[in-house]
Amino acid sequence: MFKAIYNWIDERLDITPMWRDVADHEVPEHVNPAHHFSAFVYCFGGLTFFITVIQILSGMFLTMYYVPDIINAYASVDYLQHKVAFGAIVRGMHHWGASLVIVMMFLHTLRVFFTGAYKAPREMNWVVGMLIFFVMLGLGFTGYLLPWDNKAYFATMVGIRIAESVPYVGPYIAELLKGGDIVGAQTLTRFFAIHVFFLPGALLTLLAVHFIMIRRQGISGPL
Amino acid sequence: MVWFVMVVHGMTRPAYRLAKGVEQEMSNHEQHEQSHSSVKRKTMSRRQFLSYTLGGAGAFMAGGVVLPMIRFAVDPILQKKTGGTFVKVAEESAITSEPKEFKYQIHQVDGWYESDPVRTAWIARDQNGVIFALSPICKHLGCTVNWNSQNDNQYFCPCHEAKYSIDGKNLKVAPAPLDEYEVEVRDGWVYLGPVKANTRV
Repeated sequence: MFKAIYNWIDERLDITPMWRDVADHEVPEHVNPAHHFSAFVYCFGGLTFFITVIQILSGMFLTMYYVPDIINAYASVDYLQHKVAFGAIVRGMHHWGASLVIVMMFLHTLRVFFTGAYKAPREMNWVVGMLIFFVMLGLGFTGYLLPWDNKAYFATMVGIRIAESVPYVGPYIAELLKGGDIVGAQTLTRFFAIHVFFLPGALLTLLAVHFIMIRRQGISGPL
Repeated sequence: MVWFVMVVHGMTRPAYRLAKGVEQEMSNHEQHEQSHSSVKRKTMSRRQFLSYTLGGAGAFMAGGVVLPMIRFAVDPILQKKTGGTFVKVAEESAITSEPKEFKYQIHQVDGWYESDPVRTAWIARDQNGVIFALSPICKHLGCTVNWNSQNDNQYFCPCHEAKYSIDGKNLKVAPAPLDEYEVEVRDGWVYLGPVKANTRV
């Protein structure tokens, strides 16, 4: 039955080449853990992406309960964590995944560095990877404020003060981040918007570029 | 978009006739032209004209979309700062040469959210009897300092043991002196205004 549906669509739209392009490609032996177990280091990039997908999905579901408002933010997080079925699990996925994605990204970066995979002709992919790294840090920073508890508030205070120490433009950056003079109602909505719309948009674009480049250039050779 | 291109295309037809592409004219009448033409007209090819028109219109439309959003986002840094108001904090006679902690409420407007948070100030008189008020927020990492909690007549921050003199001068750990409040004395009352950089050290 599924076969029939697939064939019906494929006859009209010729979709086979599309997924075959994405899914069918050779994986060299030196990156295949089935051949050399030590090749598991080549999995970290994929694991980073896997956790990123979990982050996006769990984050989408968290916004079903969360409100970015200084009166209700903490209460809504408290509610979804303790009153909603599987709340601790879904928020836990987002909470722990946030740290894990940084860890995996770091390991992936180490692998690329120590195998020299960043060298010509793949320099641009290294640069895009670094941009992804900074976007991820931004996601971590903005997401940290959202529960609006003391830890969130003061961590953001410290982070904004660090931004403020940039010569000349620091105070403007700080005020733009805060959306006013203080870390308050407008900071929370701003951080929410950046965390949920702006940075994920940038992240998905950069990831697409990252993946297109690695497919175009292929995986770098063995050591 | 296709419709848009076609409109521009149709509209530019007469303009194109007036200024024919140089290359085409030269190839068709090369010898004829060279013999008696010394006037060089600046011409623009149809392709170039269309690219400029489309590019310009596109940039205009993109600007129309993006500019309002950018202005919207940067509004906080362009909004007029309201001058800080002074709040009645303590009786003048209560201030001694020993710094004392005073708590008072300010009215704070944060976008759509208005509140009356409590502020703290350490107020004292110097040798000349001038009243000054210091902010208790440590200049190291923003904890709260206390006066004389170590019995050494200094401000002390419990987080990383920063120390300040009675004037707020940073003696240990902290990179800058304690901030000062603007002070006004009226009718026997001390009023405190916005925070400013320390002027005493």
